[in-house]
Amino acid sequence: MIRFTFMQSRASVLVAAIGLGVVAIVLAITGPHLAHVYDAFERSCKAAGDCATAPNPVLNLYKPLQSALPFIVAIVPALVGLFFGAPLIARELETGTFRLAWTQSVTRKRWLAVKLGLVGIAAMAIGGLVTWMADWWASPLDAVNQDRFGFANFSFHGIAPIGYAAFAFALGATAGVLLRRTVAAMAATGAGFVAARVAVTYWVRPYLASPVRESLPLSAGSGAGFLYGDAQGTTDFNAYIHSGVPTPGVGQVVLTAPQVNVPNGWVYSTTAVDKAGHAPTSHYLFPACPVLKQLSRPQPPSSAQLQACVTRLSSTFHTVLAYQPGSRFWPFQWAEMGIFIAAALALCGLTYWWLRRRYS
Amino acid sequence: MSGVIEASGLGKQYGRKWALRGCTLSIPAGRVVGLVGPNGAGKTTLLHLAVGLLAPSAGSISVLDGKPGDGPDQLAKTGFVAQDTPTYVGLSIKKHLRMGAYLNPNWDGDLAKRRIDSLGLDPRQKAGSLSGGQRAQLALTLAIAKRPELLVLDEPLASLDPLARREFLQDLMTIVAEHGVSVVLSSHLTADLERVCDYVVVLFSSQVQLSGDVNDLLGSHLRLSGVRRDPGSLPADWVVVEETHTDKQSTLLVYTDGAILDPSWSVKPVTLDDLILAYMSQGRSLRPNQGRELGVLR
Repeated sequence: MIRFTFMQSRASVLVAAIGLGVVAIVLAITGPHLAHVYDAFERSCKAAGDCATAPNPVLNLYKPLQSALPFIVAIVPALVGLFFGAPLIARELETGTFRLAWTQSVTRKRWLAVKLGLVGIAAMAIGGLVTWMADWWASPLDAVNQDRFGFANFSFHGIAPIGYAAFAFALGATAGVLLRRTVAAMAATGAGFVAARVAVTYWVRPYLASPVRESLPLSAGSGAGFLYGDAQGTTDFNAYIHSGVPTPGVGQVVLTAPQVNVPNGWVYSTTAVDKAGHAPTSHYLFPACPVLKQLSRPQPPSSAQLQACVTRLSSTFHTVLAYQPGSRFWPFQWAEMGIFIAAALALCGLTYWWLRRRYS
Repeated sequence: MSGVIEASGLGKQYGRKWALRGCTLSIPAGRVVGLVGPNGAGKTTLLHLAVGLLAPSAGSISVLDGKPGDGPDQLAKTGFVAQDTPTYVGLSIKKHLRMGAYLNPNWDGDLAKRRIDSLGLDPRQKAGSLSGGQRAQLALTLAIAKRPELLVLDEPLASLDPLARREFLQDLMTIVAEHGVSVVLSSHLTADLERVCDYVVVLFSSQVQLSGDVNDLLGSHLRLSGVRRDPGSLPADWVVVEETHTDKQSTLLVYTDGAILDPSWSVKPVTLDDLILAYMSQGRSLRPNQGRELGVLR
């Protein structure tokens, strides 16, 4: 059965290998140059002592490739699900060849186990390989950006894509058995895979571990600011806006905490609160900082005036930073891969159960 | 040893519908058995149950003293050619044979190669580009090179033109003669069956209507015609399978093991085609309670 599976999947594996080969060649040609530019600049800026201020020119190299690479890493597991997973069993059911396959001297259980196992491993290898190549290529960029844990980047690094590939593949196989049509199974796989990735990214990953909470002075990072609500919407005054910031009502003001960078970490939120953990209300802020009343005027207060106001408030309020430290990158990667592989195994079980129930 | 296929009260249910119900039959070994019946009678269901593609919802079936589909050894004992002879469109004939070798412990590679050669097929040709007849031959080759004890063929002739049909059946007969394999073959083309089968099973709305050796059946059924008479006046040991009466004349198809003594009957032998059609159209069966189970008459 193993040799037969190799024989049957040879064409699609060949196509995948060619695709990987093309990506590998492009990355192998450009990668060393990228690393060289990075190293050369690091050496020279260390000598000049201006590493912190001067941007590394590596960020401007191979711009199209830089933006295409996360897309490639994201799409490969989906392609694996579409072209390895969906047709795996659907095509046999569609063309009737399952009657040929299941009447050879191999039990249906073994037939399915070998097919899912071998092609599934190939799928995971493809997902892992492309991510590994991308990681290697982009390592100078990651060293500069220090943001691989970030919301946008986490999924395109490490080992999580191996789990995505396993899941997409198993989803394709299951959809094929349930729908019995290759094309329908491909459509369902694409939709299901995107839904699962979005769901895990937004509703599972942030809750895998409770974030570290750290108190910082209000003046830390890039500085606190204000958000003022008027009839048109909101106006920001040096405010760092993220999803955790409340929207002020009309004529109301909100004190926003500064943006704080955590190298290679994942910042959930920064909030400005007092010792009891409460954010200041407009009722408190307007008397405490009369200059804020001028926010509604055509001539708003100067940034020096606002800065003085922040300094006054910083005796009562501080910043609370909630974040996942960079040291949790790999535990999160393992967890994410584990979640998707567990889901993939469950789908394989469903496939077997359904095949037995529906086809005997 | 019991028969190659022994079924008792066998049934298969899909939702509320029974595709096969209360099917009891015994098929002896070493025969070429024709399984006949109208579409929807349950032929395919019965054959799928026999090769383990389906599991029974009721009753039991044993094939070559084992439970169909139960492990690789049992699977190796039966060769199956499914309806429409499915093959892998993208794989060449050579790769199909390689599949056979990979998946079957008793695979006879020489036999398979010889058959493909003698059919004049190019092993590099993809199965997708074969004609219906060639594909059926490939499927038969795969089933026979597996060296099964029982060969099950589900409507293998349906998609073939008359010439291909004849070649296919000739090949089948050669295989039977060479390898002594038992064959069960379903078809609704009774004329073709007459050429190859020595045993026939008639299935009608999932019941076995008739089952027996072809020669015995032909020898024990007679077509009688004569002056019209009252059905009640016929000899008690006759089983009337089919009767038509006009004003003046009665025509009967009777089952009897005695001679026809009344000279006013004109007696003609029946063909297998007549017989099968009579049992199918009357929807009646020869029952053991009439004292003559045809299967044991031989």
